[in-house]
Amino acid sequence: MIKHPLAFAVAAALTLAGAGQAQSARDYISVVGSSTVYPFTTAVAEQFGKANANFKTPKVESTGTGGGFKLFCGGVGVQHPDISNASRAIKKSEVETCAKNGVTDIVEINIGFDGIVLASSKKNQPMPLTIKDIWLALAKEVPDPATGKLVMNNFKTWKDINPALPANKIEVLGPPPTSGTRDAFVELVMDHGCKEFEAIKALEKSDEKKAKAACQTIREDGAFIEAGENDNLIVNKLVANPNALGVFGYSFLEENLDKIQGETINGVAPSFESIADGKYPVSRPLFVYVKKAHVGVIPGIKEFVAEFTSEKAVGDDGYLGKKGLIPLPDDQRKQVAANANSLKTLSP
Amino acid sequence: MNKATSPNGATPPHERDIKTIVNAGLARRHAAERRFRWYGLTAITLGLAFVVLMFANIINKGLPAFWQTYIQVPITFDAAALDPEGQRDPRALAGADYNALVRAGLRQLFPKVEGRLPLRALSALVSTDASYDLQRRVLADPQLIGTQQEIWLLASAAVDTFVKGNIDRGLEEANRPIKDNQIDWIDQLRAAGKIERQFNAVLFRSGDSREPEQAGIRGALMGSFFTLLVTFLLSFPIGVATAVYLEEFAPKNRWTDIIEVNINNLAAVPSIVFGLLGLAVFINFFGLPRSAPLVGGLVLSLMTLPVIIIAGRAALTSVPPSIREAALGMGASKLQMVGHHVLPLAMPGMLTGSIIGMARALGESAPLLMIGMVAFIVDVPKSFLDPATVLPVQIYLWSDLPERAFVERTSAAIMVLLAFMILMNGLAILLRKRFERRW
Repeated sequence: MIKHPLAFAVAAALTLAGAGQAQSARDYISVVGSSTVYPFTTAVAEQFGKANANFKTPKVESTGTGGGFKLFCGGVGVQHPDISNASRAIKKSEVETCAKNGVTDIVEINIGFDGIVLASSKKNQPMPLTIKDIWLALAKEVPDPATGKLVMNNFKTWKDINPALPANKIEVLGPPPTSGTRDAFVELVMDHGCKEFEAIKALEKSDEKKAKAACQTIREDGAFIEAGENDNLIVNKLVANPNALGVFGYSFLEENLDKIQGETINGVAPSFESIADGKYPVSRPLFVYVKKAHVGVIPGIKEFVAEFTSEKAVGDDGYLGKKGLIPLPDDQRKQVAANANSLKTLSP
Repeated sequence: MNKATSPNGATPPHERDIKTIVNAGLARRHAAERRFRWYGLTAITLGLAFVVLMFANIINKGLPAFWQTYIQVPITFDAAALDPEGQRDPRALAGADYNALVRAGLRQLFPKVEGRLPLRALSALVSTDASYDLQRRVLADPQLIGTQQEIWLLASAAVDTFVKGNIDRGLEEANRPIKDNQIDWIDQLRAAGKIERQFNAVLFRSGDSREPEQAGIRGALMGSFFTLLVTFLLSFPIGVATAVYLEEFAPKNRWTDIIEVNINNLAAVPSIVFGLLGLAVFINFFGLPRSAPLVGGLVLSLMTLPVIIIAGRAALTSVPPSIREAALGMGASKLQMVGHHVLPLAMPGMLTGSIIGMARALGESAPLLMIGMVAFIVDVPKSFLDPATVLPVQIYLWSDLPERAFVERTSAAIMVLLAFMILMNGLAILLRKRFERRW
């Protein structure tokens, strides 16, 4: 009885599919992946489009690192993206998925670093934190100082953790587990902070899985507040609540220096220089992955890679630096550019 | 109260009792009435207060984005630099170094500036688009070559934000994006009348950009237009046909009941599910391109169809049966009865439902994430197959960028979206008021 509309819909869809197939040649580069790398790739894409009148501006989708690799590894062909942004290196399992779908030659480009900062309102006293303090403040279970056994984290104020810190309530606003920033925070801060304790080290020897969980599990009693993926929102919440700390990317600190301050971690304040020379402990490399099989099929990929690795973009004075990307050291940068421009693929 | 039982005309005792009981409860009932009214009033006031607060906040933030700072710079279109061969060859003209012209013009304004860093700070007063702007001007009118012109160049986002008063000059130099020497130059320019705010045409003329001062909503608007056009062209005819068939022709049996329940359920399905469906069916199965308004329109029409069908059926049931009986009685066929009488009478209601469904589709962003429309797209889409994004997605993307100047643009885009929403809902109300008949 609803045969008519259904048949009509199917017929219409089939016609449309025909239109889709007819338009199989894509003449613009398609980029997917991490929302952290998105602000940088888009800047390069725009510059590339403006400087090259004969190429269209690449399309950059913000899908998240994992979602990006899923699409990127979908196969070879114009319906699959050419480039994937990632706020972490590609995983072995992802390389395998890629290979299964025929995506074997992948070029990895390390475009620079992104610092992760703990920041608070300017109205707050600066807090000289250490990675150990942060872990004690945020881990779900911490070693009991007397017995060394893991007990529920009962620290209420920063002073409880370290007498040198102010008696402010522990309140940290951070990204949810789906975010790459959260992964990096856990890996760079939590994983290192817990290693400062003998109890965890001992546990690691006996039960590695349990030790990992003890290191990485963040407390759920309200001290760590998942504030969503939008870093601007966290900045605004910090201004409204001077006692809270926020976790986000360095570019948001740089853009809001009039309202917030970055806390020193292990004695190093987050700044362009301290992240660039590796003194600031919480920074991660950012990557772009290129599908070599698409070079020559989709116009402009080679030129786009050249733009992305040029000194003009990722150099010490590059326009990506102005957007908050921390450049690689000189020699490493030259190496990356040489590898990328010769399309050297990941070794299997 | 049986009057026959009261022979003397006096009020019988049990009637008095009722009166006392009623009177005793009256104050309480009136109070309950007043309380209830008061609850309603509070709810409405609260709701209105939130709406006003939201609008005030958005307009307050977004209004400045409709004006943009420009700096007047004397530009010498030097023939030797632009077109050394004198051929006026467009390719040679396009490849010339327009940045040098901008730098020379700024140095002419401030001849005393020396040194690499101060000169860089000086160039940073104008947008990086300034050189492309000059290029476009020269390509459009090669007569400019060899002349000197006072040209209003787009100021950079930092200057714009400062001129709009969103950067406190009392801050420490290191903590603001605009430095002491730049503030000094801006003050001089202001005193000379060489800095002014003009209507922000860029916002409506260009596509997305990573530089706030060059970013516009044209691309997103065109994307929304194409997407909604597909949605309307698909969902309206199919929706109306389905509603008419189910209401007027279909037999009442278990199958139609199942279909009805399913349509009602579909209207309540979270929109992201339609995105997943669109990804699986339209992109993976039919091989349609990602990020295309065509696919977006298909997905959104899946979402709006149930709304249109339900509204359509409600409009059809509100047409009284007497109209149908009269038409049939006069010898009209069933199709004539529907086509000539019932459908025209139900149309205003159907259109109202469709417009409200379309307004919902206009504000939707979640299902589009799955089909690749959450993307940075600079080129304004020209067809149903060009990569495109839509207005709500543009708002979402801008709200997530670190640059301060995107805050006001985000709010400005919200204002444009709200204006379209109000327009569409207003149209729906107008249609209902003017054409809908009540029986």
